[in-house]
Amino acid sequence: MTESTGGIDMDEETSGVVKKFLYVNRKAPYGTIYALESLEVVLIAAAFDQDVSLAFIDDGVYQLVKGQHTKGIDVKNFSPTYRALEGYDIEKLYVEKESMAERGLTEADLVVEVKVISKAEMADLMITQNVVMSF
Amino acid sequence: MLHTVNKSPGERNAFDACIAHVKKGGAILLIEDGVYAATNGTASAEKLKTVMKTVPVYALQPDIEARGMQSRVLDGVKLVDYGGFVDLVAEYPAVQSWL
Repeated sequence: MTESTGGIDMDEETSGVVKKFLYVNRKAPYGTIYALESLEVVLIAAAFDQDVSLAFIDDGVYQLVKGQHTKGIDVKNFSPTYRALEGYDIEKLYVEKESMAERGLTEADLVVEVKVISKAEMADLMITQNVVMSF
Repeated sequence: MLHTVNKSPGERNAFDACIAHVKKGGAILLIEDGVYAATNGTASAEKLKTVMKTVPVYALQPDIEARGMQSRVLDGVKLVDYGGFVDLVAEYPAVQSWL
């Protein structure tokens, strides 16, 4: 699959502007609908070939934890979807190091490959964005 | 009295409020995002270790499993299913839900 931003930037017949979208996820899955709704909106942005990044901060890191089995609460387990994002050219997943540490989690506990960055680096990432969506 | 907590300690102070009010003879049941309070490597788990010396602490197993926390639950926390939830509600004279 081609890199999602490259083609459109170069194509002068396309009037579409590629913006940098950051989706900030700060909620645990299942307790509220935010995590699932975020995923839905992320996939919409991907369909419009935008430059998408995902950030996982605070309880948002729980969304990516391995071993979720939701049969007992009769709710859809959407954690496998994070692994499918690569197929939509969404490959920039950032997890805040301090948030993982406070929850006793490491990269090995997550369902997908991520970039672990510090709070300060997350702040730097945020100010480079054109659009920030908060969940 | 049975105290239930359904919010993550990472998001709200319901858990802290609960442990500040629970008394001997009562019990704590962690449900929904409240189960994160019982996971190893967190500040809340350290607090629970102290609380468990006074009152029993339960957590709802289906909520633990949904969140992938089954291998991270603090030793001494008793897991219950929905039937066990009902039993606890019936066992104690009243329920205080920390929302």
